[in-house]
Amino acid sequence: MVNGRKRVSAFTFIPTIMRYLLYAVMLVFPVGWLVAQEQATDSLKSNELAEIIVIGRKSPLYQKQDKPLMSVEDYLLQSGKVEMVKRGGYSWEALINNMASERTVTTIDGMRIFGACTDKMDPVTSYVEVSNLSEACITSGAQGNCHGSAIGGSLDLKRNRGNFVAKGWSAALNTGFDTNASQRIIGTAIDYADKRFYTDTDFMWRKADNYSAGNNREIAFSQFGKFNVSATSGVSLLKNKIVEASVIYDKATNVGYPALPMDVSLAEALITSLKFEYRPKTKMISDWETKIYFNTITHRMDDTKRPAVPIHMDMPGWSKTYGFYSKLKNDLGNHHLTFDFNSFYNAALANMTMYPADPSESLMFMDTWPDVRTRYAAMFIEDSFTPNCHSSIKFSVNLANHFNKVESTLGLESLQIFFPEMKDSKNRVLKNIAARYAYDLNGFEYQFGLAFSERAPSVSEGYGFYLFNSFDRYDYIGNPDLKNEKSLQLNAAVGRKTKKAAIKWSAAYFRISDYIIASPDASLIPMTIGASGVKRTTALHYASMVNSELNIQYELSEHFKWKGLLVYNFGEDANGENLPFVSPLRYSSSLTYKKNKFNGDFGVEGNLAQTQFSPTYGEDKTPAYAILNASCGQSFGSEKCIYHLRVGAENILDVYYSTFSDWNNIPRQGRNVFINLTFNYR
Amino acid sequence: MAFVALLSITFSCSPSDDQPAIPVNELTGLSKIQELSNDTHTVELYAPSATLQQGYNAVSLRIKNTATGQYEKNADITLVPSMHMAMMTHGCPVSAVTKSVGKDALYEGNIIFQMAQNETEYWELRVDYTIAGESYTAAGQIDVPAATRQRVTSFTGTDGVRYIIALIDPNTPRVASNDMTVGLYKMDSMMSFPIVDGYAIKIDPRMTGMGNHGSPNNTDLIQSAAGQLYHGKLSLTMTGYWKINLQLLNTEGTVLKGEPVTTDHPESSLYLETEF
Repeated sequence: MVNGRKRVSAFTFIPTIMRYLLYAVMLVFPVGWLVAQEQATDSLKSNELAEIIVIGRKSPLYQKQDKPLMSVEDYLLQSGKVEMVKRGGYSWEALINNMASERTVTTIDGMRIFGACTDKMDPVTSYVEVSNLSEACITSGAQGNCHGSAIGGSLDLKRNRGNFVAKGWSAALNTGFDTNASQRIIGTAIDYADKRFYTDTDFMWRKADNYSAGNNREIAFSQFGKFNVSATSGVSLLKNKIVEASVIYDKATNVGYPALPMDVSLAEALITSLKFEYRPKTKMISDWETKIYFNTITHRMDDTKRPAVPIHMDMPGWSKTYGFYSKLKNDLGNHHLTFDFNSFYNAALANMTMYPADPSESLMFMDTWPDVRTRYAAMFIEDSFTPNCHSSIKFSVNLANHFNKVESTLGLESLQIFFPEMKDSKNRVLKNIAARYAYDLNGFEYQFGLAFSERAPSVSEGYGFYLFNSFDRYDYIGNPDLKNEKSLQLNAAVGRKTKKAAIKWSAAYFRISDYIIASPDASLIPMTIGASGVKRTTALHYASMVNSELNIQYELSEHFKWKGLLVYNFGEDANGENLPFVSPLRYSSSLTYKKNKFNGDFGVEGNLAQTQFSPTYGEDKTPAYAILNASCGQSFGSEKCIYHLRVGAENILDVYYSTFSDWNNIPRQGRNVFINLTFNYR
Repeated sequence: MAFVALLSITFSCSPSDDQPAIPVNELTGLSKIQELSNDTHTVELYAPSATLQQGYNAVSLRIKNTATGQYEKNADITLVPSMHMAMMTHGCPVSAVTKSVGKDALYEGNIIFQMAQNETEYWELRVDYTIAGESYTAAGQIDVPAATRQRVTSFTGTDGVRYIIALIDPNTPRVASNDMTVGLYKMDSMMSFPIVDGYAIKIDPRMTGMGNHGSPNNTDLIQSAAGQLYHGKLSLTMTGYWKINLQLLNTEGTVLKGEPVTTDHPESSLYLETEF
């Protein structure tokens, strides 16, 4: 285990990240002296359990069957493991296996990032753009926990990065328009690559008015505007050695959250990293990647535009994370080993200032996140072993030290009102262990996995102070004395693949003990005007969850392909009560047609009625719904210069509906016709 | 007698010849409020802030011998505040005066002004003191303006007795579980306000500016011993204006004044206030 002294010393070099980044960016341009680098490919062959969703420019545009400029969240929804909690038109919160950000780990290129909003209005996914990303890697449960200690699963958003291939300049212009909400999208991508360096730059701007739900019902306060700039530059310094610097700046302003009592005036993120990669391709080390990173997020809630506010309040939040990882891979015969040592330091601070109706009275101020510092360090070891060409065994261990300290005296003393014996710091050791066996023969595929994982409470769960949850209308008080939440996970998959068809059923079962959830304390008086009461974070003896999905693909003919997805989820606590945000039976079915440079698709997606809802946690029954979508796209031009036009309609029948994961039953978007026009020059 | 007085003056003056009579740091953290003079002495009144106000006031004082310029070190002091109203004169709760710990010539006590002055009614402070058996008096009108928030309340209980409750701590409230101290006195006569023993004071702090919400884990105020002030814990979950609703219970547990706060009855008729 890593002790505190070592962790501290490891961080001492981090303030210089920015300087290194600057050097790296400066190095990118004068490159004549640099030595050529051969392109590396990952030699590791093992069937991954991770689900990869291709997002960005990795696949040529004319092959795309999606709406190219749709949001990151929409891309992620293609997975049967992902659901989105929607609070409005922008920045939805991803659930993996029906578990939210406390139980999952979201990273961008392996970097830990934590939202700065106490109400989860800024999930990490909101700080990237589709045009930045090449793919999203979703792992279920504790399998592949190399980026942190998760229970529900992890999501790594991988950015576009060039290769050391002499292709020179390329440029793209992306434009889009949605009739619903009048969303305007414009973006550019300018890349350069040669044998010694590459640089990928990207810009995207979006602006949307209020959207309309079915039957033309306008949803007030659902507007948003944002822009995102991103750049990644890599340079090969010496043979087999690469330095890559990257930066993302994302700024959203005037974002409405119709399902919440407040909007957001500013959500701003700066995400930077510097990576060193060494690919000696020796027996001992095939690839050694080390990255240092820094990100800072500022989030400001805003109630000034709302017509009737019982009391005006400012609720800003800040989150800063410094971190690094060093990942070493080696291939020893049929063992593929990965060692990943990673660490981060996060500071999370949020406060609330309320303005009394009588201006002569003092302002009301409290720390809602009491400047909680988290120091995390982990060692991850994975062995992927292929005993024969049909079987593979993967075994991984992640051992982490998680240390929290409350830095704000005001915040600490506030919490001590509830917990008089509370200390300012708490240390935890988190253990994760996972094993998986896969076997495939003659197109049949079987997988079986077993995992145990632990997680620490989130900042809100541990240290939140009067955080109002507008879903169940309770004020939430954290609990610094919570035990680690532990999960035992079983997963299994069976698949069959032929030339024309593929079918795969997979399921995961979680038995989570010391399940962290809030429960009402009738003795407490809520702070928020109109709240139903106060809930205190506590732990249930256990809870169980199941996620099961069936994926089918069938090629009807050379040009027609059918895809179907059926997802079943279940979740209940130790008392037999349903857990919140568990999806009812969900399905989607789509038919795609592809010929030359034209493709089209037509699909249906829907949920059955949510009968296993949870009144205890503020849920009510959500009726069944189904919506129809269709789109088609055509590419024009030459290889050098390609235009791609895609038009489509979503929710064609203009159904008025909301789903189980819509905050306060906020209805989803009604009929929308979109047009995306992209232009690529290479 | 004259000889004794002379001796004492001589004695008290003698150290001045070789060392400063009063270390300067005796007044650290104090501001002078006023001076009261008679033929022989000047009484200097100090307090942590530059003014007195309605409610509880910690006061410090020292007595300067006009003739020698030296400060008296062995005085027996009694404070006698009195309110001069149109129809009557009355006093207020006041503590005994003791030598400040570790100080040479500084004395301290406290006064609880249950009402403020107004245009026609004023407070007078009389300082009675004895030095070496000789009695002296210095008196003068003092300024006691109203406090912005209710730090003291006087009322008649259901037992027909007139009581005074004064907030002493938290003097500088924090967002925390604060130590709370109040003084509980009854009015025996116009000039006698002894501490009441064995009662209990229930507290329920509320934020009236925000839905009248309360705070958890407050502890009601009780005495640790007879003759002492009342102590408890006051939880303040945010800065701002707090109304501390009170109920006064006698030794039998009977409520003499104040009501529980409910949705229909948002405030007690007995309360104190604090703001920070």
